[in-house]
Amino acid sequence: MTPVVADFLIPVGKIAAVILYPMVMVVVMIWLERRVVALMQGRLGPNRVGFQGVLQPVADAVKLFFKENIMQRQADKFLFNISPVLVMFSSLLAFCFIPLGEPIRIGSYTLTLWIAESPVGLLIILGLSSISVFGVIFGGWASNSKYPLMGALRSVVQVLSYEIPIGLTVLTVAFIARSMDLVEIVRRQESSGVWYGFLMPVSFVVFWISAVAETNRAPFDLPEAESELVAGYHTEYSGMKFAYFYMAEYAHMVLVSSLVVILFFGGWLPPFPSVKALSFLHVVPGFIWYLVKIMFFLYLYVWIRATFPRYRFDSLIRLVWKWLIPLSLVNFLVVALVRYLL
Amino acid sequence: MAFREIDLNMGPQHPSTHGVLRLKLAVDNEVVLRVVPVIGYLHRGMEKLWENLTYTQVVPLTDRLDYIAALSNNLGYVLAVEKLAGIEVPRRARHIRVVLAELQRLASHLAWLGFMANDIGAMSVLLYGFEAREDVLDIFEEYCGARLTVHGIRIGGVPHDLDGALVARIRTVIDGIPKRLAEIRTLLDENRIWKGRTVGVGVIEAGDAVDYGLTGPSLRASGVPWDIRKDIPYSSYDEFDFEVPLGRNGDVYDRYFVRLEEIYQSIRIVRQALDGLPAGEISAKVPRVLKVPPGEVFHTIETPKGVLGFFVKSNGTDKPERVKMKSPSFINLQSLEHMCKGNLFSDVVGILGSLDIVLGEIDK
Repeated sequence: MTPVVADFLIPVGKIAAVILYPMVMVVVMIWLERRVVALMQGRLGPNRVGFQGVLQPVADAVKLFFKENIMQRQADKFLFNISPVLVMFSSLLAFCFIPLGEPIRIGSYTLTLWIAESPVGLLIILGLSSISVFGVIFGGWASNSKYPLMGALRSVVQVLSYEIPIGLTVLTVAFIARSMDLVEIVRRQESSGVWYGFLMPVSFVVFWISAVAETNRAPFDLPEAESELVAGYHTEYSGMKFAYFYMAEYAHMVLVSSLVVILFFGGWLPPFPSVKALSFLHVVPGFIWYLVKIMFFLYLYVWIRATFPRYRFDSLIRLVWKWLIPLSLVNFLVVALVRYLL
Repeated sequence: MAFREIDLNMGPQHPSTHGVLRLKLAVDNEVVLRVVPVIGYLHRGMEKLWENLTYTQVVPLTDRLDYIAALSNNLGYVLAVEKLAGIEVPRRARHIRVVLAELQRLASHLAWLGFMANDIGAMSVLLYGFEAREDVLDIFEEYCGARLTVHGIRIGGVPHDLDGALVARIRTVIDGIPKRLAEIRTLLDENRIWKGRTVGVGVIEAGDAVDYGLTGPSLRASGVPWDIRKDIPYSSYDEFDFEVPLGRNGDVYDRYFVRLEEIYQSIRIVRQALDGLPAGEISAKVPRVLKVPPGEVFHTIETPKGVLGFFVKSNGTDKPERVKMKSPSFINLQSLEHMCKGNLFSDVVGILGSLDIVLGEIDK
């Protein structure tokens, strides 16, 4: 392989892929959500544009692209414009650290399916996901309007509270894997022969609940509760800026699902990687297993949304401070103790 | 630093103000301090309009008051005029009216269930409720051709007879509704989130409820047994056996339960009315140009929303001199501030949903 290809074309291709991949997933997710929720509710959902309506999100994006960008006169121009970018940027940047599969060997060249492998990848992703909340806060505040402001306020409290259990549960994974490197965590699950989700079910459940809350999804969709706050923090946004918020939300969901799969369900590993009788499952490329698992968790998001009513603000906070944080603390201590003794 | 008290304007364009209601809220962070409803965005001058129409022409306009339960409005007005004109309605017509009115109650409560659940965030229930309501509307369509603004009751009787095929269809539909409801209830009844949003929220004590003039299921949820169908029977409600479900705490959850229970009671009434459908005329002989002797009358009925009263004053011509309406939604809305004070902002939509108001009836 020539140096030009290896040093230039492949990195550029990877960078393009890391932007395209979340976008494609977002489009699929938007379509999946609207279709699945519709079918659960006895409706049809979008089924006109393209096969079974798969191109509906594209049509919506085109529509939003041509819509007028409206900004309130009293809005803070800089923050108003920067916040959708901030949200989108942090969601997309995090995908650089998400491994999509095992490295592929092409001759002497090893193609890694991630852009950056960092020994603290997990921390970076958590950090980036916290940055996206700044976009929400700035957006809500800069709109200079009351519903967005209330949405932003709710968002601050919610995301800050739910980051604590997320951090504590992520730590248990790092303890067991003895690494914060996402690729390494998957490899450890392969060598130990058990997915951490089954090893530490409490960690997984707490992480998943907190992750749903952090992505502002039903039943924790308080910052954008439609029947209360109209659209919450992005009420005043229109056109492409709104589309940024909208896409970032779905990209965030894809990111969180990827994280759950990597931390708790073996990333690109097929089911029961250590069982010899099931070794034929290795025929299916790792990337496909990975996608299947992500799709399952994305489906779970949709399923939860179609089932539950919305939490109220106080019970949401009570849930995290009275239940999830103590639970994750105990869980953390137990895992630490077990790790120390073994 | 304490959060500044802010005035929040909710509506008239807001996803959950059920039409064009506007609420001026004063909130301290999320806690509601004051609620001032602003109404009139749907005012069409109905009462003045009616003074220029004949008695018969008024009936289709009453459809547009409470458009979720149009038949009940028809019935309220028609009964008042009949009382004033001294028209004796045949027994079969009275039975058919009860069947229609109770089906309308079913449709209204099912729609309400969907709206309220949607306000609280259970979006699927909206569709499930509407799916069940659709069956009832189909019956109306078969009966008189319209689904929403039905104009299904005429002065002196009803416009169409209930034939065998339609009776059979009504039976299948009302047999199917409990099953649909059971499905919906698995999503809500014991759901922790749902209970957290409804139990102990928007409480109104029995005494306060009576003072505010609250009527209908919202009043009965506070434990006051006041149902016009039972206490001042009209049409042929006195011939049927049914219970008046009562709540205990007067919170949103009780209002939810009372309405659910009323759905089962309505089904019971419809069954009895269909079983004992007497033979005979479906309409009394009413002159083409109905001239009502001078006088005035006030008649109340129990609609799905509460007690609906019509005051009709006649001057001996074919047009009413004055028709005044006591609309249940309008009066029930008064108690909103009492229920919301001190609760969280999120609860306002739930409480408003639990009151089951229709703006067409408030603004007239």
